[in-house]
Amino acid sequence: MNYHWNWGIFWDISPDGAHSYLQTLLLGTTWTLATAFFAWCLALLFGSIIGVIRTTPNAWLVRLGNAYVELFRNIPLLVQMFLWYFVLPEVVPQAIGTWLKQQPNASFYTAVVALGFYTSARVAEQVRAGILSLAQGQRLAALALGLTLPQAYGFVLLPMAYRIMLPPLTSELLNIIKNSSVALTIGLMELTARARSMQEFSFQVFEAFTAATVIYIVINIAVTFAMRALERRTAVSGFIGASPAAAH
Amino acid sequence: MTDIQIDINEVSKWYGPFQVLNRCSTKVGKGEVVVVCGPSGSGKSTLIKCVNGLEPFTQGAITVDGISVGDPKTNLPKLRARIGMVFQHFELFPHLTVMRNLVLAQIKVLGRSSGEAHENGMRLLDRVGLRDQAEKFPGELSGGQQQRVAIARALAMDPIAMLFDEPTSALDPEMIKEVLDVMVGLARDGMTMIVVTHEMGFARQVARRVVFMDKGEIVEDAPTEEFFGSPRSERAQMFLSKILQY
Repeated sequence: MNYHWNWGIFWDISPDGAHSYLQTLLLGTTWTLATAFFAWCLALLFGSIIGVIRTTPNAWLVRLGNAYVELFRNIPLLVQMFLWYFVLPEVVPQAIGTWLKQQPNASFYTAVVALGFYTSARVAEQVRAGILSLAQGQRLAALALGLTLPQAYGFVLLPMAYRIMLPPLTSELLNIIKNSSVALTIGLMELTARARSMQEFSFQVFEAFTAATVIYIVINIAVTFAMRALERRTAVSGFIGASPAAAH
Repeated sequence: MTDIQIDINEVSKWYGPFQVLNRCSTKVGKGEVVVVCGPSGSGKSTLIKCVNGLEPFTQGAITVDGISVGDPKTNLPKLRARIGMVFQHFELFPHLTVMRNLVLAQIKVLGRSSGEAHENGMRLLDRVGLRDQAEKFPGELSGGQQQRVAIARALAMDPIAMLFDEPTSALDPEMIKEVLDVMVGLARDGMTMIVVTHEMGFARQVARRVVFMDKGEIVEDAPTEEFFGSPRSERAQMFLSKILQY
């Protein structure tokens, strides 16, 4: 292989004339983090609501929740990005469509929404599994004390369910950070897009993607450690997290 | 008979085509202790869960202190707050300390102040002999201790009646006594109680009446001495001969 290695490339000025390649990668990283963060907030919120209603005694709410999960889980993320970005503005009334297309940072908002809804279906599945893994008796005990159903969820079921869900939620959080790279297809200049652009202008493909790889790994290892710390902090004595052997 | 506290009248329940309760009727007077026994799957647990509306029933009526449980207009959370319930598997909330288990519903349901709820909680922990365990988590207690906390948690709501669903079935033999002692104390203090249990010693000691169920039916409903002396039905005789053999 006749490849000219040049690790000094990161300090060269990029075609935008203002930033070095390293700075453009870091700028891309902030877009990656912002996209993942806001999409995660959306995913947690909607995922929790949908997950909870799928465990209520109301058959219609359960069906609605199931339909939601199947819809967002069974369409590829890339297709969902395209649907939100290219198709939605064309099918809504023209004025709204034009307004949507004129938004600055439209690709960022679209990426947050697409990634948020896609991940919310997966979070909803975790929330449902977490609640169902609790003994049915916990719900009965809460209701028998006179708590209303929302109170039973808020004070009794969800605090334990979220603790049980922390390990799978960590995986979802790592996924959302990695999946944010799909947003490059709708023009968001996040980390992967910046690495590609660096490779196209400088031809230093190995350096560019080595840098992107290292940054993704560092972010995800940091997230993993933070979530482990959260698991330890919220561990319930004599129950999950306290000691692996005591797990139900 | 004393005032009727709990009136179960011709209650039937189906799970799909399967009938779990068949025209069950019984009355529990104020301060009375009634033991419900019978083979597993006979509908005992289902019947007492109907009393506080945790299980809906298909036909018949249940009133607690004059309030109809099956009436859709009844405020079930409010009614349940007045009926204590103790479960086979304790069902303490594992993420809350013993004390917070005791104060949660007092504050959220009864609207008591935190100070009042804690004071009341401490008094009841004292009563079940667990004053020094207030800041522990349920997972750090033995089964017998957890069940005594569960009883204290139910009592903290100042219930007019208590329902016990096989409270000692999940306990090691040496822990059964500490739980039964608390229950005997409650009965002596005049608490209205329905107890699903196979502890026939307990039944003999404190129950006013014994209700025997089989296949979803109340087969026998007799004063305690009569039930143990000469059960009328063959099924109750067979059941007793099996469980009193050892």
